[in-house]
Amino acid sequence: MDNIAGSKSSLSWAVNISVVLIVALWLFPTVGLFVSSFRTADQIATTGWWKAPFAAEQNLTLRTGSPETQVQDGDVWVIEGNLFDEEGVEPAPISVWGTSSRDVGAYAAGETAETRAGERVTVQENGDYRMEAPEQIEGRRGQRVFVTALVPPEFTLANYQQVLFSDNATDSMAKAFFNTLTVTIPATIIPIVVAAFAAYALAWMDFPGRALLIAFVVGLLVVPLQLALIPLLKLHLQIGIGKGYLGVWLAHTAFGLPLAIYLLRNYMAGLPRDIIENARVDGATEFQIFTKIILPLSYPALASFAIFQFLWTWNDLLVAKVFLIDATGQTTVMTNQIVELLGTRGGNWEILATAAFVSIAVPLFVFFAMQRYLVRGLLAGSVK
Amino acid sequence: MHPAIQGLMTIVIGVGACVAYFYFSNQLVDRVLFPAKGPNAGRNINRANMVRPWLFLFPALFALTLYLAYPVVETLRLSMTDRDQGGAFVGLANYSQMFSEPKFWEAMTNNMLWLFVVPAMSTALGLIVAQLTDRLRWGNIAKSLIFMPMAISFVGASVIWKLVYDARPPDTEQIGVLNAMYVWFSGNDPQQWLTTPFWNNFFLMVVLIWIQTGFAMVILSAALRGIPEETIEAAIVDGAGPFQIFFKIKVPQIYPTIMVVWTTITLVVLKIFDIVFAMTNGQWGTQVLANYMFDKLFRANDWGVGSASAIVIMVLVTPILVWNVVQARREMR
Repeated sequence: MDNIAGSKSSLSWAVNISVVLIVALWLFPTVGLFVSSFRTADQIATTGWWKAPFAAEQNLTLRTGSPETQVQDGDVWVIEGNLFDEEGVEPAPISVWGTSSRDVGAYAAGETAETRAGERVTVQENGDYRMEAPEQIEGRRGQRVFVTALVPPEFTLANYQQVLFSDNATDSMAKAFFNTLTVTIPATIIPIVVAAFAAYALAWMDFPGRALLIAFVVGLLVVPLQLALIPLLKLHLQIGIGKGYLGVWLAHTAFGLPLAIYLLRNYMAGLPRDIIENARVDGATEFQIFTKIILPLSYPALASFAIFQFLWTWNDLLVAKVFLIDATGQTTVMTNQIVELLGTRGGNWEILATAAFVSIAVPLFVFFAMQRYLVRGLLAGSVK
Repeated sequence: MHPAIQGLMTIVIGVGACVAYFYFSNQLVDRVLFPAKGPNAGRNINRANMVRPWLFLFPALFALTLYLAYPVVETLRLSMTDRDQGGAFVGLANYSQMFSEPKFWEAMTNNMLWLFVVPAMSTALGLIVAQLTDRLRWGNIAKSLIFMPMAISFVGASVIWKLVYDARPPDTEQIGVLNAMYVWFSGNDPQQWLTTPFWNNFFLMVVLIWIQTGFAMVILSAALRGIPEETIEAAIVDGAGPFQIFFKIKVPQIYPTIMVVWTTITLVVLKIFDIVFAMTNGQWGTQVLANYMFDKLFRANDWGVGSASAIVIMVLVTPILVWNVVQARREMR
């Protein structure tokens, strides 16, 4: 169809460019968070993340050497040295500087300033300074110098260090990460087993009421989770499960079942009838047919559902909040941890961005590794 | 016990128990109750085949009934009782209390706004992208990147977009992309996008549209591929331009799929909770039904009104439920 009359090359250019723009627009927010997670708090607060790859003007507060280092040179007292060396800061070219916090850009590099105490300070572009005073300089600490320097781009892993390995309970995602994993894996595997048997019965066994049951499952597919919250929480509290992993596993299993049964039944019903009937003629029991023939053949549908359920349980907030997280907060999951960080650390983008990225990384990996099955599952679930 | 070990044990026990249940109940039926030998072999085989589907179905049906069907009824009952009076029947009092609250109507109006904007925008954008990428050589990469937000949690997406909407005081450098561009182009002071009533709703919707467009695109792109080529060829021969082909030949043919995408996104919108909860928590006029319900349940501890609002969500979902069931039954015939 590519070379058919009507598809002009000018149009094809327009298409290419607009798709590039849309993709860029779609990626931009995520990339922003990703880049921010490698920047220091100062960098994030002073410049937009899109400027991260470029050198940026930054205001630094540095100090000259302390008066102890002064030497007498003729009739003046002098302190000399390099501002960056004194503070152990990475050197950067200085454009403007000042000695008062109210006017940090009063002098250009190379100019000489006079402080209120009568000292004459000269700062060079590379950070070398010379401070002269007619009398001996008093005090214990050096003169503060505010410099505006062009700092080269710099990325750090310190945020990940802080979020993953620090002992600070409010920032730590390590525990929440393992909790999320603990919720997710059983909640993904168990519904598959339960649903597979039911789907086989609905696809290949004849019994009265089958059509009604399928309609029942399709109906439950759209029942909002919100309705289940109170009655089930009451039930869990009554029968002694309370809030905890068991409760959240049961809830996720049940909430995933309608989709699992629906997807698997549709897939199994499409398997060739001959195979199953031949097996029956050869004397295989239904159980054998299911485990030896249907289950291996249904692998793509099982994988589709597994990905759905994994993404859904990993990303879930509501079910975990209601059935899992108790007052002690020991069983918090990552989504909840992030919401709490939004409250307590709303302005600390370096922590927030890193925490969010830690929680996003696993689903993104699963997504790109198994996208084929995800798409297949989506199509099986909705296009008819 | 460490939760991870507990989790592993649960997998083993859960999966093991399921498999054991299916295996042994089968054995029980085949060997003990209705053995396929002896004088009644024929009758026994028939009986075993009558029982077996229910053996296979039982765990799933039990879980579905207890965790999804029963709660619907129970929530309906709870919505007519008052917890403070020991669960006494109060009729429609909870509903009338809810209907008199301005916050409920705010949630209702906002939900309707979401309902109009998000499915329409997601479907339209998804359709455009599906069409544009259809014949590109790198179309699959583009699609995969636009589809990516599907894997990101609503909470993660909220953090991502909060950074986009971030506002710093005037005259300092803006670190949120939106304000940086706004200040650059208009020269005005930066805006607090999330706390400006009414318009902030749209900034929240953008997050969901960003997520759902990929979903719409994937499904619509498959539908576009399924259109018979002859219809398009015929249109080209008859002199139709690319836009005519798209609107008059392609869109009508994938109309049923558009409806499916639309209703699926509508369902997501009706239940939207995480985004609002994480970004504004319903303040500044952004309340939605699911968050209103969460507030009532777990902050105000008012199970009656909470259940009543859950029932409202259920009522809104019901038309789609009925449509789905009718559709499924038609296909099975």
